Amino acid sequence: MQVAEKRNSAVSQLDAKKTKHQSQLWTVWLGLRKNRIAMFGAVLLAALVISALIAPVVAPYDPLKTAIGDRLLAPSRAHLMGTDQFGRDTFSRVLYGGRTSLWLGIVAVSISVFIGGVLGLISGYYGSAVDVLISRFIDLMLAMPRILLALIIVFTLGVGIVNVMIAVGISGIPGYARIVRSSVLSAREQVYVEAALVVGVPNWRIMMRHISPNVIAPVLVVATLGLGEAILAAAGLSFLGLGARPPVIEWGYMISEGRDKLSVAWWLMTFPGIAIMLTVIAINLLGDGLRDALDPRLRSR
Amino acid sequence: MLRYIQLRLLVAIPTIVGLSILVFLMIHLLPGDAVDVMLTEQGASAAQLAEMKHQMGLDRPIYVQYWMFAKDAVQGDLGRSVFSNQPVTTQILEQLPSTMQLTLAAMIVSLVVGIPLGVFAAVRHGTWMDSVSMAISLVGATMPSFWIGLLFIFLFSSRLGWLPASGTAGFKSLIMPSVTLGLYSSAVIARLTRTSMLEVFRQDYVGTARAKGLSERTTILRHALRNALLPVVTVVGLQISYLLGGAVITETVFARQGIGQLAVGAVLQRDGPLVQGTVLFLAVVFVIANLLVDISYAVLDPRIRYR
Repeated sequence: MQVAEKRNSAVSQLDAKKTKHQSQLWTVWLGLRKNRIAMFGAVLLAALVISALIAPVVAPYDPLKTAIGDRLLAPSRAHLMGTDQFGRDTFSRVLYGGRTSLWLGIVAVSISVFIGGVLGLISGYYGSAVDVLISRFIDLMLAMPRILLALIIVFTLGVGIVNVMIAVGISGIPGYARIVRSSVLSAREQVYVEAALVVGVPNWRIMMRHISPNVIAPVLVVATLGLGEAILAAAGLSFLGLGARPPVIEWGYMISEGRDKLSVAWWLMTFPGIAIMLTVIAINLLGDGLRDALDPRLRSR
Repeated sequence: MLRYIQLRLLVAIPTIVGLSILVFLMIHLLPGDAVDVMLTEQGASAAQLAEMKHQMGLDRPIYVQYWMFAKDAVQGDLGRSVFSNQPVTTQILEQLPSTMQLTLAAMIVSLVVGIPLGVFAAVRHGTWMDSVSMAISLVGATMPSFWIGLLFIFLFSSRLGWLPASGTAGFKSLIMPSVTLGLYSSAVIARLTRTSMLEVFRQDYVGTARAKGLSERTTILRHALRNALLPVVTVVGLQISYLLGGAVITETVFARQGIGQLAVGAVLQRDGPLVQGTVLFLAVVFVIANLLVDISYAVLDPRIRYR
């Protein structure tokens, strides 16, 4: 009897937790669904992600296959976005390039969120000297233009696409560390955190179970908007010749390849650029919508 | 006021020291440094390599190396480039005017485009003209700057032949790079100016200005805009970071002289001292620029000084 009672109360606690968690994200979803512009962004982004995923199925040509006879063809029905100096189909390459560029952005943002999140959590939760140390370090990172920080990381690690991912990821840390820290600062003043402390719940468990959930929503907003910035930064570094190298296909590098043929083949650099622009627009519209849904007071700041 | 400036100066010094440590450590974290690579390529023996490193102080503990670097850097000596063997400071100073011209011109572009666009959108709030202005600023903020630069080159150099595609000479060569670099910032500034104006429009003093019969023009320009620009000044400070970083890319697009090109070339050539010098120099310029923004903020808004 007692055992059953205990189990029941545990189950109902779990349920309560589940609904609460759901309701938080549910509210965001409800707000987002009403926002037509944000939904447009979401659909556009989904379309771009799907076309990158199914590139091998939908691409009309092998993106790496050269065809000497088809060099520098202007856009036509056979080649929607024309061909490059090796006769490779630009449309197929743009589809495949999306896989690299989106992946670059996602991995870079994951790195920023993870490291920035841990730093912000520790800094906000423990406060005092740890907080001062971490916060000053974050200030220092912010005192350097992001692209320079990324540049010097690429120098340390060496040129290459993986290192560009890491560099963009690390240079994005400050934003997440700050937002997590401030969310943690307000969450740890809550009565339930105090209660958990009094009952003797270990620190790491309080951080994971009781504080992290408060941080998820703001981080989601910042990470969505950050994804666009990360894609732009990574494309910029690849354009400079520090990232993707053939045979890897990436939008930023495609633009830099097209640059040499600018006066004879405008399509080579135009279409990858449009692809980047559409992706970042979609992400920004969705991100703005998420922010408004989460906290209407932040609207259009 | 003087006290405020002194205080800001005092805060800037540890930041610069911290930056120098950060940059120095990152350069010296390298597994095999450039000296190794270069001398081995030239066929130096292990003994010569050790001798060379000893001369350059590379066999000392890292904090001693930093101290030597810092002592020289304070006196304006940032070491020598591994490849050209030229002093890094000389190379930076040679490129400085070109980068400063570009960043300042881009700043002017971003203000001249951004503020009027924001004011216009706010005045026409809720109409289609507001939506169009904001759509323009959204697109402006999402286009990769190097891509816009290439589109400009294609249109204005290749097709129309109006402007030079590259180079550093003369005013004409500055137009496309500065517009390219300033576009993103003008989008950000336009959005902020609009939000800020809309907030100010709700203030009582704007109502008073209108009620006492001032023309709409005077109300907007004399009473609303002046106050609305305060938050814009802060963002201008932040945009300097973007502009200095963006110069790296813009200079490459337009094959323009400058510290940014110098830095990118140094990374590609694995020239440690040059990377260190250029990055640190640009970072310090950013800190100083922000200091100036903070001070101008205090001049504009007397409330800040007493905090």
